[in-house]
Amino acid sequence: MDFQVILSDAIRAGIGPIAAIFALSAMGLNLHFGYTGLLNFGQVGFMLVGGYGLAITVATWGGSMWLGVLVGLASAVVLALLLGLPTLRLRADYLAITTIAAGETLRLFYRSSWAEPTTGGVFGLQRFANDFYDLNPVPRGTYGFWMVKFSARDLWVMIVAWALVIVVGLLLALLIRSPWGRVIRSIRDDETAVRSLGKNVYAYKMTSLVLGGVIGAVAGMLQAIHVQSVNPDSFDPGVTFFLYTLLVLGGAGRILGPVVGSVLFWFMLTFLDSALREAIDSGVISSDVISTSEIGAVRFALVGLALILLVAFRPQGILGSRKEMLLSGR
Amino acid sequence: MTAPAVTAAAEGTAQGEEVPAGPTFGARALQALLDGIQFGVIIAICAVGLSLIFGTIHLINFAHGELVTIGATFAFFLNVSPSGPGWHLVPATLAAVVFGALLGAAIDRGLWRPLRARGTGLINMFIVTIGLSLFLRHIVLVLYGTRPGSYAQYDIQEAIDLGPAGITPRDLTVTLLSVATLLGVALLLQKTRIGTAIRAVSADRDLAEASGIDVKRVVLVVWMLGGALAALGGVFFGLVEIVSWDMGFKLLLLMFAGVILGGLGSAYGAMVGSLVIGIVAQMSTLWFPVDLQYAWALLALIIVLLVRPQGILGRRERVG
Repeated sequence: MDFQVILSDAIRAGIGPIAAIFALSAMGLNLHFGYTGLLNFGQVGFMLVGGYGLAITVATWGGSMWLGVLVGLASAVVLALLLGLPTLRLRADYLAITTIAAGETLRLFYRSSWAEPTTGGVFGLQRFANDFYDLNPVPRGTYGFWMVKFSARDLWVMIVAWALVIVVGLLLALLIRSPWGRVIRSIRDDETAVRSLGKNVYAYKMTSLVLGGVIGAVAGMLQAIHVQSVNPDSFDPGVTFFLYTLLVLGGAGRILGPVVGSVLFWFMLTFLDSALREAIDSGVISSDVISTSEIGAVRFALVGLALILLVAFRPQGILGSRKEMLLSGR
Repeated sequence: MTAPAVTAAAEGTAQGEEVPAGPTFGARALQALLDGIQFGVIIAICAVGLSLIFGTIHLINFAHGELVTIGATFAFFLNVSPSGPGWHLVPATLAAVVFGALLGAAIDRGLWRPLRARGTGLINMFIVTIGLSLFLRHIVLVLYGTRPGSYAQYDIQEAIDLGPAGITPRDLTVTLLSVATLLGVALLLQKTRIGTAIRAVSADRDLAEASGIDVKRVVLVVWMLGGALAALGGVFFGLVEIVSWDMGFKLLLLMFAGVILGGLGSAYGAMVGSLVIGIVAQMSTLWFPVDLQYAWALLALIIVLLVRPQGILGRRERVG
């Protein structure tokens, strides 16, 4: 058992690009779920249209990266409007099923043989992020401290992603404290009361859905850039479940909730993974009990267990206040 | 199911290649309808429990797909697995159904009852079902593995010729058994005391409680019934398609589609809706690629919500 390896793996995951990308996507979800009370279970769909918007524009149509970013953002707005139209009048549980169905429908369409000329089907698309990496001001080499090292490329993605997390976080904090934000939070707490004050609840929900969806799309683009490929199967419904887990862990309805949640989530997930691997390699846990190939499954089972225990014993998460997080949901 | 072969033949003729003339459109449509009905009744068996659970405790159970997978893999363990007893599929199925009922009861007793006692809100419970789904699915993955499997009996069969279409004796039996099971559930709900109690709790929980119905017991029975039906549906689906660790999760969205299409909370709605979903999925292969068949079913769900949010047999008041 080499605890240095386990710890450095976990720290690297906790501050790495993926943690930043999930934090960003969860910030959009937090606007939906934590502040507006919308049970959006299709956040991964926004990530998908964002990532594919960029990838298709560059790899299939030969456009520039900036055009791709615009296409990704526009697709998220269109998706939010299409999704909001039928679902926002429904109750929270209907909304949840519709959004998860919409996300999965998108994934099936993007991966189908019918869409293959544009989306690359099951193979996805590669090589569309060169413009992004050409902008990298970080000289070649590895950077870091102690055993936590990142390549110049990863560092560049991290800088951009965490910078976006900060910018989006500040914007959201301002928005939530604005009159718009007060209405949004009132919708979460008591929709009927807001409606009786003459507010157009539908329009407010729609704005929230669009805004959170666009944030999700930006996260999707960053993910596509980070792995230099888009593949339909990396946008399966499970991603949204992880987003909910880290949101509930950090505290829904708090600006820093998704950030703290994402860092801790990826730290713990990788810690578990690395610790189990080390324990099996060094013979502390016999490979008859858990084999190396089963580690992935075991840690996901533990994520599920953590989600159950969190909601049962600390539904407000680490940062949230119990009073505000009644989670009535509409 | 025979849909892929049918479509392959269709593509052959569309490209004008020198292939033996494929079946006519009418024959292919009949075959797709037959496959659709078979698929639909299996979804219905799985989905009835989902709908009953929603009707009684207003919980959308995201972990219902895992009850399906556990039923199928438990039967697989008894039937095929080298470390299992190697039973014939029929007793293995019965054992899986009993196991499903016990698991349903255990989940209600061990998880939901304490959570309700703590006063956990519905939305929180909804998130708990996601945790439960992740947990159970990956436990199955560890125990069962990633390799899809088939049961030892009834694996390969010749189709019976039904004029232009065909069906294997296995698929025919599964379809008839599914229909019989659904009729049994309907009779149970209409004719027995517990069925009446379930319907009463679904209609108005407080009124039912006030008139002396033991709501806790009704909820427990609903969970057992849901678990048993899900397990049976899982074995049937594993029999006509394949057993795999994520089969239930793949079916889950189709179950939701069926349940919502028919009207959330109505058991008969779930049956009708699931049948529609099964037929839509199979018939879509007549015009569209096979890999999109589930996508059309899910799209049908979204369109129904747009036009008639309460579903085919649902009641208006259920829509917020």
